[in-house]
Amino acid sequence: MSTRMMTTALVAAMLLLSTSLACAAGTIKIGALFSVTGPPAFLGEPERNSAQMVVNEINRSGGIRGQQLQLVVYDTNGDPTKAVQMATRLIKDDHVVAIIGPSTTGETMAVIPVVEKDRIPMISCSAGSKITEPVKRYVFKTAQNDSLAVAKIYEQLQRQRLQRVAILTVSDGFGASGREQLKALAGRYGIHLVVDDTYGPKDTDMTSQLTRIRASQAQALIVWGTNPGPAVIAKNFRQLGLRIPLYMSHGVSSKKFIALAGAAAEGVKLPSGKVLVADLLPKRDPQRAALLAFIRDYQRHYRTEGDHFAGHAWDAVMLLKMAIANGGATPEGIRQALERTRNFHGIGGTFNYSPTDHAGLTKDAFVMVQVRRGNWVLAP
Amino acid sequence: MGGAKELLKYGLFAATILLAPYLFSGSYLLNVLVFAGINTLLAVALNLLLGYAGQISLGHAAFFGLGAYASAILTTTYDWNPWTAMAVAALTVGALAFAIGFPVLKLKGHYLAMATLGLGIIIQIVFNEWVDMTDGPSGFSGIPNLTLGPLTFDSDRMNYYLVWIFVLGCVFFSLNLANSRIGRACRAIHDAEVAARVVGVNARLLKVQIFALSAMICALAGSLYAHVMTFIAPSSFGFTVSVELLTMVVIGGLGSIYGSFLGALLLTLLPEFLSVMHDYEIVFYGGLLMVMTIFMPDGLVRVMPALCRRLPSLRRAKEDADA
Repeated sequence: MSTRMMTTALVAAMLLLSTSLACAAGTIKIGALFSVTGPPAFLGEPERNSAQMVVNEINRSGGIRGQQLQLVVYDTNGDPTKAVQMATRLIKDDHVVAIIGPSTTGETMAVIPVVEKDRIPMISCSAGSKITEPVKRYVFKTAQNDSLAVAKIYEQLQRQRLQRVAILTVSDGFGASGREQLKALAGRYGIHLVVDDTYGPKDTDMTSQLTRIRASQAQALIVWGTNPGPAVIAKNFRQLGLRIPLYMSHGVSSKKFIALAGAAAEGVKLPSGKVLVADLLPKRDPQRAALLAFIRDYQRHYRTEGDHFAGHAWDAVMLLKMAIANGGATPEGIRQALERTRNFHGIGGTFNYSPTDHAGLTKDAFVMVQVRRGNWVLAP
Repeated sequence: MGGAKELLKYGLFAATILLAPYLFSGSYLLNVLVFAGINTLLAVALNLLLGYAGQISLGHAAFFGLGAYASAILTTTYDWNPWTAMAVAALTVGALAFAIGFPVLKLKGHYLAMATLGLGIIIQIVFNEWVDMTDGPSGFSGIPNLTLGPLTFDSDRMNYYLVWIFVLGCVFFSLNLANSRIGRACRAIHDAEVAARVVGVNARLLKVQIFALSAMICALAGSLYAHVMTFIAPSSFGFTVSVELLTMVVIGGLGSIYGSFLGALLLTLLPEFLSVMHDYEIVFYGGLLMVMTIFMPDGLVRVMPALCRRLPSLRRAKEDADA
């Protein structure tokens, strides 16, 4: 490598650096941590898209109290260490007033000590209940708690007097959290878990677990995972001729699941954010207007359907916008204004934050949906 | 450590490390450098095994993880003193590696790579599945920061000094080890194991001892990582981390302690500087690694002095041409 080449490379690197440093004054900077690449990219990518979309929209319509918003996004690659480094970067070098994200519970738990210490409000887009239980002063979240989804399923089972239930959860963060809630809430609904089995995130055949479930006394099966595992289970389930009701989690509430599972998806029920069935909601539903607007905008910008993951980031930016408008563009002002949020009808549900509740949703955030003729419909 | 020149080199290295925070104070880069220090510990540990004794391991992230989980569980669930927990974790992991080392290090080349790979994967599965102990895939939180008398290691600057003082100690120890009878015996095994045994080196035992020592340093790095992050998750100790460590050692220079430092520093900092390229970051990163392995197969540490020597002569050549 010649010195000339090295010099050229150095100059190029410096030019790139200087362009990234150039930013307009008088703007409000908010940070975002999404795993746009890495295993949780299916969360991070739509989240980044919709966050950027809302910020652009806010700026086009005059910003917040005349000030423009600037979104600084860093990719965390799904790695907790990287998430901590990037959170420090947002706070120390970019001087953001608030942070949106990260996408997964693990990354969020890793970042919490950083934002608590530097007193920067953060609105996480991940679901784990332990993020806001116990309440942390600066940490909020928009994704629905797993416990709400579990309660929704158990309520229906209780109504149908089904007591012996089998659960099959994926062995990653999402599945582990679901399993914990499924076990914790069973007693309250008079449900007895007769089989408690797991599968690996990359497994391609779950016949052995399902055979065990078929041999048991189970009256219903609940599967907790994200694509593609549950689609495989649905296929194996039909192949083995199981006849019991099949429930899944909100982790697969998208058109993608039906595409993957094909005919085997028919009849599958799950608790979902309302975004999946927005056009079927009754006219009086308070979220309807926001949902339809979100779906239309997302479709126009990205030529693909906005899912509930994208919705988590949409909610986070909108909540921040209101907090900045009401509390001023300082971390402490935003934190206090967030805690005063009442009846915000977003994508994930109707948010009511308070000093003792930083998750802000009730089980009304979920509706039961069912696959019928290759489409999601509201379940009876 | 042999000779005044070596000592001077180490002194310069130590001074640079200790003064660096004043350059980066208030910047997030100080936070990144904390993790660069942890990676240096890991790279030096792997280099002792791979660069000196010539034994490959694709499972070193597992020892890193064992150290981290041992410290996390002992201090949080069982309320142990963090320093005691750290020492116990390192010794236990060392003993474990010693026991595993006997059957595993009988293997050579690809088979050794396979066996250590398997070991790494098994241990990661344990982190994931033993939910009652490790809190499973969603991670273990609430680990306390380290304290020493009135000092609490909870800021980037404090953590920087905490981690890098361990690195300085480890580098000093490793340099001495490399220049000792043990280090020479290791290199003899690396070059020709049979010949080494003929001249009286107990190759089998020595390989296992180096393996255990290497695992112990990794466990120590793991304990530090747990207390710095105050949160750990199984994904930080997977196969990709083992491969990344291997890359650090190879890029830095096999069989050179300072090389491991350079490799760890480069691979930790590079993504930060490349992040201005947004979506092309990974492509560039991969390309750069390929170019480096093709054009500097001996590692950064051996190319840099050569480059420094060539620079003045190049300048002179240019001046001659201009004249």
